[in-house]
Amino acid sequence: MIQAIAFYFFAAIVVASAVMVIWSRNPVHSVLWLILAFFNAAGLMVLLGAEFIAMLLVIVYVGAVAVLFLFVVMMLDIDFAEMRAGFSRNAPLGLAIAAVLLAELLLAVGAYNAGGLQLGTPQDRLAQAADTSNIAALGALLYGKYIVLFEIAGIILLVAMIGAIVLTFQPPKPGARARQDVGKQISRRPEDATVMKSPEVGQGIEL
Amino acid sequence: MIGIEHYLTVGAILFVLGVLGIFLNRKNVIVILMAVELILLAVNINLVAFSAFMQDLAGQVFAMLVLTVAAAEAAIGLAILVIYFRTRGSIAVDDINRMKG
Repeated sequence: MIQAIAFYFFAAIVVASAVMVIWSRNPVHSVLWLILAFFNAAGLMVLLGAEFIAMLLVIVYVGAVAVLFLFVVMMLDIDFAEMRAGFSRNAPLGLAIAAVLLAELLLAVGAYNAGGLQLGTPQDRLAQAADTSNIAALGALLYGKYIVLFEIAGIILLVAMIGAIVLTFQPPKPGARARQDVGKQISRRPEDATVMKSPEVGQGIEL
Repeated sequence: MIGIEHYLTVGAILFVLGVLGIFLNRKNVIVILMAVELILLAVNINLVAFSAFMQDLAGQVFAMLVLTVAAAEAAIGLAILVIYFRTRGSIAVDDINRMKG
């Protein structure tokens, strides 16, 4: 009972905030609704018993991706009202396609639910023992059988990081202020920069 | 009781909302990227639901890979957006026709 209540609560908020993501006029609000959707999707995954994926969703999506979106939305100076120009023009076609797609997907869900589909046998049985947590089982799998997949994921992230840096890097302009001259810095000596003085009491010092 | 079909329905609705978002916000690349994130979230919900109900952890491993790809895609997409805005001063998709592809 409590599980059903929690499920409908999370599911309703996920769907409502997804609607607000695509519907709200201000992209900053869209990002905030997206964060709400991610949090509630994480709740759904906790209900499914996948705690690690849920925590990953909160950390990666809310902590990194959504903040990245927020930075970019606030950094770019865009007239968002003008961006909505084609909104009502595209709405009928978009809604029609969405309705058809949703009907098809729900038909597929119903067909799956009716049973009789051969989906193959599970490869990696969940550890049935109560003392093995989700994250322990997942870790054993991730660092064992799926180690190649794990390393490919690391390479994907590395390529994305290098790509983002290369794309947005701007070489410094020649006359730019506060430019670092390494040669000048290391050729500087203590004798040129500092002086030792021992002034009398009550007298100032002139540099 | 909550069965797999409930989760699959939520995933389907989220996926359709993502597609609808791409249609509705044809001009705004940022919202299009957010809609793509919604679609990938729907995919993740489906993967984890099947993983949980079929007692097979491979789905959760795959969901992590989808998460990685989603993060990389967001980073690269927003980087492209930033350099495009720097040169053109606009992010309207309709204006992105310089390559005449």
